[in-house]
Amino acid sequence: MAPHRSDLWEREDTPPETTPAAPPVPPAPAADAVVLPAIKDAVASGVITGLLLLPLVGFRATESGSGPLTLTYRFGLVAVFALLVAGLRLVLNLTLWRPGRKIRDNRSAGLAALSAKVAPAARPAFFALALLYPLLAVTLSGGLSPSRYWVDLGIYILTYVMLGWGLNIVVGLAGLLDLGYVAFYAVGAYTFALLSTSVPLNAFFDAHVAEGFWASWSFFVCLPMAGILAALWGVILGFPVLRLRGDYLAIVTLAFGEIIRLVLINWVSLTNGGAGISSVPAITFFGVPFNGNDDGFAARFGLDYDSMHRMIFLYFIILGLAALTALVTIRLRKMPVGRAWEALREDEIACRSLGINTTLTKLTAFATGAMFGGFAGAFFAVRVRFVSPESFTFMESAVILAIVVLGGMGSQMGVAAAAILLIGGMEMLRNLSFLKASFLFGPDFDPSLYRMLIFGFAMVAVMVWRPRGLVANRMPTIFLKQRKAVSGALVKEGHG
Amino acid sequence: MDIFLQQLINGLTLGSIYGLIAIGYTMVFGIIGMVNFAHGDVFMVSAFIALICVLLLTTVVGISSIFLVLAITLVVAMAFTGLVSWAIERLAYRPLRGSFRLAPMISAIGMSIFLSNFVQVAQGPRNKPLPPMVPDVIVLMERDGYQVTLAYKQILIMAVTAGLLFGFWWLVQKTPLGRAQRACEQDRKMAALLGINVDRTISLTFVIGAALAAVAGVLYLMYYGVVNFADGFVPGVKAFTAAVLGGIGSLPGAVLGGLLIGLIETFWSAYFSIEYKDVAAFSILVVVLIFMPQGLLGRPEVEKV
Amino acid sequence: MAAASFTPKVPKSWDRDPLLKVDHLSMRFGGLVAVGDVSFRAGRGEVTAVIGPNGAGKTTVFNCITGFYKPSTGRLALMQGGPATMAELDALTAGGRAWAKTAAGATYLLERLPDHKVSSRAKVARTFQNIRLFSGMTVLENLLVAQHMSLTQAGLINPVALLNLPSWRRKQKAALELALYWLDKIGLTARADDPAGDLPYGDQRRLEIARAMCTQPVLLCLDEPAAGLNPRESHELNTLLRAIRTEHQTSILLIEHDMSVVMEISDHVVVLEYGRKIADGAPGDVRNDPKVIASYLGVEDEAEAVAVTGVPA
Repeated sequence: MAPHRSDLWEREDTPPETTPAAPPVPPAPAADAVVLPAIKDAVASGVITGLLLLPLVGFRATESGSGPLTLTYRFGLVAVFALLVAGLRLVLNLTLWRPGRKIRDNRSAGLAALSAKVAPAARPAFFALALLYPLLAVTLSGGLSPSRYWVDLGIYILTYVMLGWGLNIVVGLAGLLDLGYVAFYAVGAYTFALLSTSVPLNAFFDAHVAEGFWASWSFFVCLPMAGILAALWGVILGFPVLRLRGDYLAIVTLAFGEIIRLVLINWVSLTNGGAGISSVPAITFFGVPFNGNDDGFAARFGLDYDSMHRMIFLYFIILGLAALTALVTIRLRKMPVGRAWEALREDEIACRSLGINTTLTKLTAFATGAMFGGFAGAFFAVRVRFVSPESFTFMESAVILAIVVLGGMGSQMGVAAAAILLIGGMEMLRNLSFLKASFLFGPDFDPSLYRMLIFGFAMVAVMVWRPRGLVANRMPTIFLKQRKAVSGALVKEGHG
Repeated sequence: MDIFLQQLINGLTLGSIYGLIAIGYTMVFGIIGMVNFAHGDVFMVSAFIALICVLLLTTVVGISSIFLVLAITLVVAMAFTGLVSWAIERLAYRPLRGSFRLAPMISAIGMSIFLSNFVQVAQGPRNKPLPPMVPDVIVLMERDGYQVTLAYKQILIMAVTAGLLFGFWWLVQKTPLGRAQRACEQDRKMAALLGINVDRTISLTFVIGAALAAVAGVLYLMYYGVVNFADGFVPGVKAFTAAVLGGIGSLPGAVLGGLLIGLIETFWSAYFSIEYKDVAAFSILVVVLIFMPQGLLGRPEVEKV
Repeated sequence: MAAASFTPKVPKSWDRDPLLKVDHLSMRFGGLVAVGDVSFRAGRGEVTAVIGPNGAGKTTVFNCITGFYKPSTGRLALMQGGPATMAELDALTAGGRAWAKTAAGATYLLERLPDHKVSSRAKVARTFQNIRLFSGMTVLENLLVAQHMSLTQAGLINPVALLNLPSWRRKQKAALELALYWLDKIGLTARADDPAGDLPYGDQRRLEIARAMCTQPVLLCLDEPAAGLNPRESHELNTLLRAIRTEHQTSILLIEHDMSVVMEISDHVVVLEYGRKIADGAPGDVRNDPKVIASYLGVEDEAEAVAVTGVPA
């Protein structure tokens, strides 16, 4: 099986859905030639929607106390949805999808031209904005305390930007599909949580260095260790599985991710099981605690104590970590190992014929990606100060992978944009409380339930809309005269 | 010995259900080379459809024969689940066919998230219990107060599975649809040139896979008597494990893999630790893929240079 | 051996100074014998062509030599520097190692090396029948990937490189110069910054050869380099191959169907049919060999073919 080759063929031969209308159809078809099929289509889609929704929306198995389930009926709701779909399709068939209507090709071309213009400025602009973000948040929200939500959101998004960039090395550059990336995130988080709360370690440093030394310095000591351990796990998990190709690799990494989570749940003596590890020490300003005491950060720097100082410091820590990820990746891409990653994604057999040890190359990609995952994990633990297996489900891996694919594999700015869109968007969905207004759905309506529903739907819609992600082009790592973007259609996606 | 026998029965029952789900994975992978991540959730949806149908038939229509109820439920669940799967293929996978390989996978993951949350929203997050169905058992042997039992529903599950598999095997081996399907597996482009409606064949593959998952869903509901919106993921991954263990693309392999996974899981729970039963299943997946990527009955892949 | 009668009394150049000795190579896939007991030599500094009808097992021989297949039986000895003595070769074969230093240089047993080491250690480079360029990378990047091994001697993630220190930049510059040299050789300097997948077919063929040459091989294996080329491109290819042989001390082993290319540039021709060698010699001798003519043009009677070739089909 040579999937990438046959896919290439497909691309040439399978015309986009819109072309059937393109051949010599008269410029303006007669009205009933458009309207009748449109009505038929609308009725059909309405009926199908109704049938799809009938069993699970039309009926509801309701618990009534401790008694047996009873059925309640919501046929009205089904009818509303069916009519909505039918109406929408009718409108679309008569307007946007009207046969014979000229499809504007220049839209995607315009988008490409725009992105080409914006691209050089995107990176500096992104970093400048990221640097100034806390300041903006504080000024715009009118003070330190009111900005808490926004700074927290910034930290949250940047964590995913970093995770996306880390996974991008594995998926986007090396073309290895990893569905268990969250395992390395977990390894990092648990490394820091376990080491920092370890009683013997605390006692040892209290006795030999200084009272409370470990609690205040453990993050900075454990951060590299978390990265190294995660990388080590990347090698351990990667070594046996890297012979596998394509979807098999994806499934095995998924299985590994689940195994690690299940072990974290069940190995109670080490990890405290599902209850998790709490009272992870808070971050300090390089040894200076963020508290209201005389030796605290505020007092030392002559500020009024505010718990937001810690948040803002956390923000800059994650920004630094994310920037490190980006810079190392940019550097690695220009080195033989990075070139080998990309070559591996393009054609593994050709790589081997050029003397590249593909196993070793894949392992370095896996380990490097895992290391950044480990860093992010340690950061997660110090931010939330609590770790439990709940935080490391398959959903997390799926979200990170979705960020990478939606961003356009290999493109750092694309990944950052996708992280902002997806994570920011999911966060916005948390604030759907306006739907509780009585004229919409009423106060019983729980909008947070719909968050993941919409998220899943959006993942499908975005893939259908832009299968190659937001930034489909690849930037070469070296050039002789002129740096030209390589069209996404030529870039392979790897099959390992 | 008696525990062994009991676990053997339980394992085969569970394995039948996994096997039925696994066929859906293996067929879709065979024909379009994609892991249909949403298949586990399609199975869960089918169990919910069955739940609604059973409730409707027993409480509203008032049919008292439980076998009649199950028979009607089976047909209804297969039909509606098939429709759901058809719609999924049409909306989430077909527009991506032949494009970037990762796109359908992400789309499938999105669909899986959508389906489980859809059921959560539509039916509520709590477990949905049913009164026990077909509770009778046959006591096979009894020693020191430990009974080895074979429940009627276990017989039913194995019988339905065996019957369906036979019918399904016939469908794939002997009918024009099966021939078209195998042709599409070999070479989609050539099949299209020879006049096979590839789109329809792929759609039908999804529908058939979903219908078998629906059978599994009905049997699952009948066996455990309870279903929850989150019940799709783990059985889905285990069924996929089964498909891989048997050799993905191979139909007998999927069933064999399903039975093996079911047996391993029950024996592991009985003899080692119930907490680590999922770890055992996933570890087997990893070990099989590493040492035998073609699975038990699959054909080895020769690398073309 | 069937072809023994074809080796004349005067030792041929490829017997005097072989770079590659293929001895009793067999490759079976399940029950199918793709290559059965093939032996030949490729001379140092020469162009050796392997020809034969479709399905004769030429590409299988190539894949064995370049490490992509592990041969079922047989020995593939690559002798860098100069031919190894019989004793040296026997000692190496008897021992478990994949290579040994010899009086003349070093000898590698290719069947014992993993594919990437066939390229990086034994210095055998290859191209593919269906071109395998890194199509999403630029022409220049393709040539730099090929210098992976010479750039990574200090390890895959090299701190000197990570920090962009001067010693690394010198190395990088040398690599770039080699790439530019080959770009110039194949006449693609103007397209250095274009993606390789955008090039016309003939340019892609030459780029693949240049990429292989960037690994600085002692033996370059070309799998049907002229396939699909028009006469002009075919001519350019001949010029390139001749230049490689004369200017770079790189020997060439090629599979080809295009007899004009074979006859024009090769010093030595090996003919395979149904996985067996039926002729071996200078191009002129092979062209007039009745067995070769029979295999290419067909003979009317099966029995006659056996009588002529001595090998039952």
